[in-house]
Amino acid sequence: MSKEPVAIVGIGQTKHVAARHDVSIAGLVREAAARALADAELTWADIDAVVIGKAPDFFEGVMMPELYLADALGAVGKPMLRVHTAGSVGGSTALVASNLVAARVHRTVLTLAFEKQSESNAMWGLSLPVPFQQPLLAGAGGFFAPHVRAYMRRTGAPDTVGSLVAYKDRRNALKNPYAHLHEHDITLEKVQASPMLWDPIRYSETCPSSDGACAMILTDRAGAARSPKPAAWVHGGAMRSEPTLFAGKDFVSPQAGKDCAADVYRQAGITDPRREIDAVEMYVPFSWYEPMWLENLGFAAEGEGWKLTEAGVTELDGDLPVNPSGGVLSTNPIGASGMIRFAEAALQVRGQAAEHQVPDARRAMGHAYGGGAQFFAMWLVGAEEPTS
Amino acid sequence: MARHAREVAVVAFAQSDHLRRTDELSEVEMVMPVLHEVLAATGLKAGEIGFTCSGSSDYLAGRAFSFTMTLDGVGAWPPISESHVEMDGAWALYEAWVKIQTGEADTALVYSYGKSSPGSVRDVLTRQLDPYYVAPLWPDAVALAALQAQALIDTGETDEAALAAVGARSRDAAVANPHAQLRGPVPQGDYQVRPLRTGDCPPVGDGVAAVVLAAGDLARRLCERPAWITGIDHRIEAHSLGLRDLTDSPSTRLAAEHAGVFEAPVDTAELHAPFSSQEIVLRKALGLADDVAVNPSGGALAANPMMAAGLIRIGEAAARIHRGASRRAVAHATSGPCLQQNLVAVLEGDAR
Repeated sequence: MSKEPVAIVGIGQTKHVAARHDVSIAGLVREAAARALADAELTWADIDAVVIGKAPDFFEGVMMPELYLADALGAVGKPMLRVHTAGSVGGSTALVASNLVAARVHRTVLTLAFEKQSESNAMWGLSLPVPFQQPLLAGAGGFFAPHVRAYMRRTGAPDTVGSLVAYKDRRNALKNPYAHLHEHDITLEKVQASPMLWDPIRYSETCPSSDGACAMILTDRAGAARSPKPAAWVHGGAMRSEPTLFAGKDFVSPQAGKDCAADVYRQAGITDPRREIDAVEMYVPFSWYEPMWLENLGFAAEGEGWKLTEAGVTELDGDLPVNPSGGVLSTNPIGASGMIRFAEAALQVRGQAAEHQVPDARRAMGHAYGGGAQFFAMWLVGAEEPTS
Repeated sequence: MARHAREVAVVAFAQSDHLRRTDELSEVEMVMPVLHEVLAATGLKAGEIGFTCSGSSDYLAGRAFSFTMTLDGVGAWPPISESHVEMDGAWALYEAWVKIQTGEADTALVYSYGKSSPGSVRDVLTRQLDPYYVAPLWPDAVALAALQAQALIDTGETDEAALAAVGARSRDAAVANPHAQLRGPVPQGDYQVRPLRTGDCPPVGDGVAAVVLAAGDLARRLCERPAWITGIDHRIEAHSLGLRDLTDSPSTRLAAEHAGVFEAPVDTAELHAPFSSQEIVLRKALGLADDVAVNPSGGALAANPMMAAGLIRIGEAAARIHRGASRRAVAHATSGPCLQQNLVAVLEGDAR
């Protein structure tokens, strides 16, 4: 059976900041949604369904906030779905919305993901230990640092690679008006001199805690034909999950991530991702995850990812730019972070990324992961309508 | 049929016994036997399922990312194509149905679960209200349902005796349901919040439900009498109670129209009505005739495991079709205060 081609015709973000004291949660999400509608030159009445995602409800202290947000997102009288797949949720949410169009259940769908972390405390939101189970180890960094160290031991990567990624992403963020961190005086030396938090992860190699929302308008072929601006087209999308902890789990390069990427490439007809993909928006909350995911996603052979980073391949002017937007290292409203990756990939192939535009980007990848590196969501978008 | 591109059916349904407390069980331990049972009914293994989707709530579990642990109960290795909604499992089933409609999967495993016993569910549910203006007042779910019940009584659409009859009928029906939490004659009891008495309110309990979906001829191979989902839709209303007519459920009616409920008579209705008064509202919105068997399982008044009770309505309706006890059934699930969000599915057996 044939699927309906899915087009991204509207993208909206808030300016991400540590605390948006001027808006409620409803005000925050509406801002992003209204910008996406304006970008698509559509109105609330054009939207058939709303798909919303965010990370745990404890982050704002509201149980199932989609109920309260129905009015703010123009969802009254419409179908509204709430997705939650941990840190990958922003990506998963976009994929669920995309499937609604692909299945021809709805023609035009608003999808949005948000986090207003200033309403509560994300550290404690993640630290609710229950009996007979290891508590999260002082935030996500404590959980992931040992896996970074395992990567360094396994590949022999020099310990300078993490700071190169952070320095690059923070410089890229200066070109993105929506990015949270705008460190105008950033230098590589400053990154390297920042305090060690979870050895080997330094303060400047970690993501901030942001308030923010991201929205997209997805539509069918007819909707794309009416779009006043170029559409980005979904060429492939997939989710994969594996258990948190089990004997034989490869935390450095999880099988679910490899399988997810392989499924996306199969759908998109990609056989050599390193050559055929022009830009990647990758979920890198701690700098070392760039070389790790370069390998996991098939952009580099095992043990070789750090060499791409070190050689400048992933710089904005390199031949495989990674996180031209500044990435999660510069902007992290957790529940929205995955959708921002997906949306920034779409901006690139629409040619709408302004100062952080990769020249002639025709195909771009959006990537998200969550939980104990166990939930993956990815899509590949292109400037052309898919042929198959 | 052929409202949508692919024929999709519920081919198996399983549920736990719903219990007031399950202190000795983790969520994984609750979920696993039900998953094994529903897969065994089809002969499929976890690795052969095309898509898996679950529904649950971190606020009931009392910890963030609670579903990451429950995934262990599925046996997600090698990795699986999987997603999760922070909603009742009925919406997880909807997501899975959409996935099958895209052609990317031919089968789906859907499950949901909730343990309400560790906390006070009345208090917990206040946290899903508008966080700035309403939640700080801690109005609980029973109090809000009582407002709805009183509004119904004030319009003359029901009275306390009629409400009591709904509760009594539900728990009588539940005698035939070995999984139900409250069965047989149960005293109507004292007022909880006027006009609702204990018997008008759902029991608080823990439970799990799981369903397997399959497309087309595969469904016919896996199940003697597949329960075809010939229509499914869901709609949400405004959150604020002041913006809604609590005696009606326009979102249920709209979802029912889109699902095709009104195109032919139904013989069975499984309604997710945690309060007796809500059954009155839903009967009206769905235009149910007097001869329709409403909640032959006992419904949510006999067992209301949060996050699973809606999926159970779809499962119970499908199971009646599997048994040959129904030809065309409507199943309904709700979310939010006073029936804010509603899902409606039509399930049909093959003509025989």
